[in-house]
Amino acid sequence: MSIPDTIAAASRALREGSLTAADLLDGVLERAQMTEAQLHAYLNIDHDGARVAAEAADADLAAGNDRGPLHGIPIALKDNLCTRGMETTCASQILAGWIPPYDATVVSRLREAGAVIVGKTNLDEFAMGSSTENSAYGPSFNPWDITRVPGGSSGGSAAAVAAGSALGALGSDTGGSIRQPAALTGTVGVKPTYGTVSRYGLIAFASSLDQIGPITRTVEDAALLLEAIWGHDPKDSTSYAGEYPQVRRSLDAGVDGLRIGVVKELSGEGYELAVEQAVAAMVEGLARQGAEIVEVSLPSFEIALSAYYLIAPAEASSNLARFDGVRYGLRVDGETTEEMMARTRGQGFGPEVTRRILLGTYALSAGYYDAFYGQAQRVRAAIRADLARVYAQVDALVSPTSPTVAFPAGARLDDPLAMYLSDICTIPSNLAGDPAMSVPIGLDQLGLPIGMQVMAPSLGEEVMFRVAAEVERLAGFDARPEIPVVAG
Amino acid sequence: MSWEAVIGIETHVELSTRSKMFCGCAVDFGAEPNTNICPVCLGLPGALPVPNRKAIEGIVAIGLALNCEITERSVFHRKNYFYADLPKNYQVSQFDVPVCRDGYLEIELDGETRRIGIERAHMEEDTGKSTHVGDGGRIHSASETLLDFNRSGVPLVEIVSRPDIRSAAEARAYAQELRAIVAELGVSDARLEEGSIRFDANISIRPAGSDTLGTKVEIKNMNSFRSLERAVDYEIRRQIAAVEAGQQIVQETRHWNEEAGETQSMRTKEGSSDYRYFADPDLVPLVVPPSWVEEIRASLPELPEARRKRYATLGLHPKAAAMLSSSARTIRHLFDETVAAGAPALAAFNWLTGEVTAWMRRTDTEPAELTGERLAALIALVDEGVVSATAAKEVLEGVLAGEGEPRQVAEARDLVQVSDRGALEGAVRRVLDADPDAVERLRSGEEKVIGFLVGQVMRETGGKADPRLVNELIREAVGSDG
Repeated sequence: MSIPDTIAAASRALREGSLTAADLLDGVLERAQMTEAQLHAYLNIDHDGARVAAEAADADLAAGNDRGPLHGIPIALKDNLCTRGMETTCASQILAGWIPPYDATVVSRLREAGAVIVGKTNLDEFAMGSSTENSAYGPSFNPWDITRVPGGSSGGSAAAVAAGSALGALGSDTGGSIRQPAALTGTVGVKPTYGTVSRYGLIAFASSLDQIGPITRTVEDAALLLEAIWGHDPKDSTSYAGEYPQVRRSLDAGVDGLRIGVVKELSGEGYELAVEQAVAAMVEGLARQGAEIVEVSLPSFEIALSAYYLIAPAEASSNLARFDGVRYGLRVDGETTEEMMARTRGQGFGPEVTRRILLGTYALSAGYYDAFYGQAQRVRAAIRADLARVYAQVDALVSPTSPTVAFPAGARLDDPLAMYLSDICTIPSNLAGDPAMSVPIGLDQLGLPIGMQVMAPSLGEEVMFRVAAEVERLAGFDARPEIPVVAG
Repeated sequence: MSWEAVIGIETHVELSTRSKMFCGCAVDFGAEPNTNICPVCLGLPGALPVPNRKAIEGIVAIGLALNCEITERSVFHRKNYFYADLPKNYQVSQFDVPVCRDGYLEIELDGETRRIGIERAHMEEDTGKSTHVGDGGRIHSASETLLDFNRSGVPLVEIVSRPDIRSAAEARAYAQELRAIVAELGVSDARLEEGSIRFDANISIRPAGSDTLGTKVEIKNMNSFRSLERAVDYEIRRQIAAVEAGQQIVQETRHWNEEAGETQSMRTKEGSSDYRYFADPDLVPLVVPPSWVEEIRASLPELPEARRKRYATLGLHPKAAAMLSSSARTIRHLFDETVAAGAPALAAFNWLTGEVTAWMRRTDTEPAELTGERLAALIALVDEGVVSATAAKEVLEGVLAGEGEPRQVAEARDLVQVSDRGALEGAVRRVLDADPDAVERLRSGEEKVIGFLVGQVMRETGGKADPRLVNELIREAVGSDG
């Protein structure tokens, strides 16, 4: 059946009684059935669990127990979020068949908010990648062009939302893994301020950079989903315990009087013309709405990528050490415990994960630590200082989310450096711990979505959503992908 | 050539907190394997650590007791290495910014006080426990390894001494003093046999008087103070013999074999381990503000060193002070009460470490009926001659048995000495009249007869006479002035 394709609209329809949570679930499952063969957005759809949850949501609502805007809404989860009783693999062989005994904090919060968990979405193995091609279970494809990648690593979540096989999804963003796929699939993706969304139950890639966030069709939906999952969590020592911004109420405030910086370093060589033109047009639009536009320079952004590719692998090399065949997941036997561990890891991890573990292990090694990891931490401090200087002059920053639109499947698989450049615009916010989001602003000449990134200082989600909502209004982006139906 | 040993000791103390270092699981060593576990201490994907406040209080208390500086912002690091009973394959520990730094511990040996530097004390988590099954249980030949994660994540404090220790006896004194402190603080069970306190020694030798450091060897597996002393002594002699025979000392870890009475080489390859330490991004810096430190300082009990000094100022011999200091808490408490009630320290010490301790051992009960006031009263009764020293032991028995105040007991049990001259003169007269020969011998200066005569009077009075007074009365009657 045809259902509303935003959380806000579906939420209204549920309360008007024009449809039920079970109808919503039917709608997204029907979409999934029509599109999964082409997209492979999901690794696992939990038909039974979702059905039970949808019926419970309907019963609850009928009993007058309204749990809020996510009540009865079908949501997809990136498969690096632990779900009690539901297989969680990180798209890796090493975790094949692993069923967590607990829910991630964000998952418990979604359940408490009455959301219906549809299933687990595909990703680059352990969230390492920008195309969702590094999945041990096969790649995902872009709903706008099924010969192209959906971005990554939260490509499954982004593809599901773009295709309508979920009304919203959660992803994780370590260097752009929510924003870049959102940009490439015409969806909204938010990486909140580090510490505002609990990482408890998120299978760590790089702990000091990882942050969970929403992928939705609209800015309003992103606000609804974000407000449901964030907040202090005593189970996460890095969780923020102070006052949280109020994002929903800032959506209609407009940009009149805001000072918005355009980042000089995030343009030029390597940026597609269509992307630069769309961003420039949107900046002009913001100016017309009363924003003061300032070109700003952040020289440290030039070396952010290099620093990131030391810090993230270094942390990953330690975080992924626990996958050793001893207690869970894959075990490949050996003559000794050490041999068992080595074989398990050798067979269990894919090539990109192995590459990053090796990189990170070198970066932390005695004699190299200061030159690599130590130096990267100094770059990180320089980025923070650069941003602090700029945020003294402007309220928010804008840039392309990705230098290019969705690229063809396989195009960057043999060239890790080209793949790494996909995240050049998004990485600085992770290193700084600041919030950033991507909003679709149009299509290029091939009909592929372009995203604009809005960045703000830590806990600046109110101003970030204000700008994003204005960008969304100006873009009037209402295109939907047409996914070819595969006969069979 | 004469040689000097340079010894440093690393001590691991398991804190007896109710829950583990980074999760809510119970710390319970008697439990069935793998019953006190959760996603955090099992290192499940996605689980995150949250520090235990009680454990932080424990290490700060240890740091203060060891005269350390307490770091206001210390950092947790990851120590990365692969081992089957280390669930995350890294241990959360501390590296260059530990909680406690630059302290010292004073030990006493043969009447000399020596100050041993404490380089640092840091917080870390314990590992699980491996049991190797099959073919003798040694790791390399075992057919299977069983893993118990109950211990995984138990808070552990590592205390690193400076290499200030010079002999096996000093090593033992250091370990004993450190154990006494930790036990007194109540932060750990501090039992060597159960491994809740473990000592490893780093030993090297150098020509006496030299200030260079030799190649150090680490000794593990000492399960008692005696084996620590023996192991250190053995290792010093082994190294001297080796060097004098022209051999090089190899940097290695050696295992103390209690039965063989020698240290034995373990694998040597671990010398080159690179633990790839880096700040744990899952944990924020550990902040211990000065106000918290002061709160903990104010709650510290009196520590052994301070206690010994206090006992010595009360007039106890240093050896007696040390003995009392290491006595049971009840005994020390009674001592303080008894002295406070006005009794001389030496008498209180003698009663408590003698009769009272013996009674506690014999009956295996606490002396609930004994108070400092009562013991002081008993000491006064002896002093005043109201009861004899022998009878006083019986009075104590009565007091301990719940028969009331010492004087009541003495009266009820008819143990009060007769010290009324009039009452005793008759008995003295009867004894002297009955044995004129003895009287004559005493008169002629045969002193030993007095003892016999006093004994006779004591028998006549059923043992209740005050022997000093009887002595006096006999001399008066005989006209001998002794």
